[in-house]
Amino acid sequence: MTIEIKDVEHLAGLARIAVSEEEKKILQHDLEEILAYVSQIKEVEGQKSKVKSGELRNVMREDSEPHEAGIFTEDILKQAPAREGNRISVKKILGNS
Amino acid sequence: MTLDIKQLTIKQAHELLINKKMSVLELAEAILKVAEDTRDLNAYLEIFDDVREQAEVAQKMIDEGKGTTLTGIPFAMKDNILIKGRIASASSKILENYTATYDAHVTKKLRDAGVIFVGRTNMDEFAMGGSTENSAFGVTKNPHDKTRVPGGSSGGSAAVVASGSALGALGTDTGGSIRQPAAFCGVVGLKPTYGSVSRSGLIAMASSLDQAGPFAKTVEDAEIIFDCIKGHDSMDSTSYTDEFINIKNKKPKIIGVPTEFVHAKGVDERVLKNFEESLEQMKNAGYEIKEISLPSLAHGLAVYYILMPAEVSSNLARFDGVRYGYHADGQNLLEDYMRSRGEGFGREVRRRILLGTYVLSAGYYDSYYGRACALREMLKKDLEKAFGGVDIIATPTTPTPAFKIGEKSNDPLQMYLADIFTVPVNIAGVPAISVPSGFIKEGDSMLPLGMQFIAPHFGESALFEVGKDFEKVQESNRI
Repeated sequence: MTIEIKDVEHLAGLARIAVSEEEKKILQHDLEEILAYVSQIKEVEGQKSKVKSGELRNVMREDSEPHEAGIFTEDILKQAPAREGNRISVKKILGNS
Repeated sequence: MTLDIKQLTIKQAHELLINKKMSVLELAEAILKVAEDTRDLNAYLEIFDDVREQAEVAQKMIDEGKGTTLTGIPFAMKDNILIKGRIASASSKILENYTATYDAHVTKKLRDAGVIFVGRTNMDEFAMGGSTENSAFGVTKNPHDKTRVPGGSSGGSAAVVASGSALGALGTDTGGSIRQPAAFCGVVGLKPTYGSVSRSGLIAMASSLDQAGPFAKTVEDAEIIFDCIKGHDSMDSTSYTDEFINIKNKKPKIIGVPTEFVHAKGVDERVLKNFEESLEQMKNAGYEIKEISLPSLAHGLAVYYILMPAEVSSNLARFDGVRYGYHADGQNLLEDYMRSRGEGFGREVRRRILLGTYVLSAGYYDSYYGRACALREMLKKDLEKAFGGVDIIATPTTPTPAFKIGEKSNDPLQMYLADIFTVPVNIAGVPAISVPSGFIKEGDSMLPLGMQFIAPHFGESALFEVGKDFEKVQESNRI
């Protein structure tokens, strides 16, 4: 299992995590070691059992009895790093190009 | 006879409170004093400023005859369990100043029972680790030897119960995070059946594995806490209905031992000796010990280190520096994300998110995540089969006693191997309890060990029975 620096950069990009040059090397080593260990699962025989991770079942509730409007607004907005009135403030998503 | 507050159990404290031999305030202040005297352990991240007010409320409940066994009992909460109006940081910089906007289901149940929340306890960041060394707020020290870790991730909760600065505590267990620190600190820790305690209001790590559960000095106390927090909750779609949760099990008689698995590489000889002696004691107490073969357990750890990071990488995508938590400003939104997450998450969390991103990425999904899910089913089936012939399965809780602070912190794989006996339980979703099984001498310290008992789904009552019997034989052995 070989992990290269560019693989680490790709994964960090997908995960939206800025990683320093120094840490990239550490991560390269750690990921290689951990993946080598977990790869033992590829050797196990008798794998043909049905895949079901957790029991998938929908749990629905009646669309009724809404809470009073606005009772949580202030508590929740107070946690946001930046707000404008009753909205969370975000940098623009669409570029100029 | 003077009362040793540090040895007091919930059951004993309850008797004192209802018989008016002690007021809730006296009890709370005695516990606060212990917490103050043991501050150097760094087990509490915060001690709440309203403990005396809470004591008044609890006293009123008792005086009016509305109390429960837990009313007035000083209690600690792991820092990833929400208490409305209190910080819940999961020991992470990214949530350092996050204030919970609602109560977790378990918090509400404990609050309704009249528990006194003393404070929130230290942990590995987002419950990722086995030593509390991954906390953004410093390591917790083991009360039995301050140069050693208390285990993790719920190390703070284990340490406060062991040191007597709370009579009970909640932790969360994704791969052993209650049982392993319980063993390292010499207390009882229970990982309930997946779905028997609501996960609503827990800061998620790996949703198909996470479960909240109690720390206590005795099995009886753990049972009292479990009885309070269990039950169906409509806010958790994986929560079972009460008819399952309240199943009564027959008295366990046969203990199965997966000998081959227990004698895995890297297990301390002294741990094995302690384990054999413990089994011998249970035999003398009337249990039948039966050898079983469970080869799929050996792959538990590998399966876990695929499923868990996969779920971590998707669960922790919610921390974006926009809606709550740490924010670092960049040139554009993408840079905001990259910097907020890069600076807000600690090293182990970043490592696991990247690992999870890898095993879920196109081209690798089938050979890692898909394969791990298949093996999870195989492990579940093997366990089910084993429980056809035995009532309980026993293993040591950990392969070694508590290790030194710093000993494994630069070697993630070595750290992961400390979970070898505990992770298969989470993968299968069954309940397990760790009960103290004695001490081994290491230098000047006496380090605690734990015995893990595993039961089939909803087998908690069987765990309590076997756990109490085990406590009895331990007790008589000591005299």
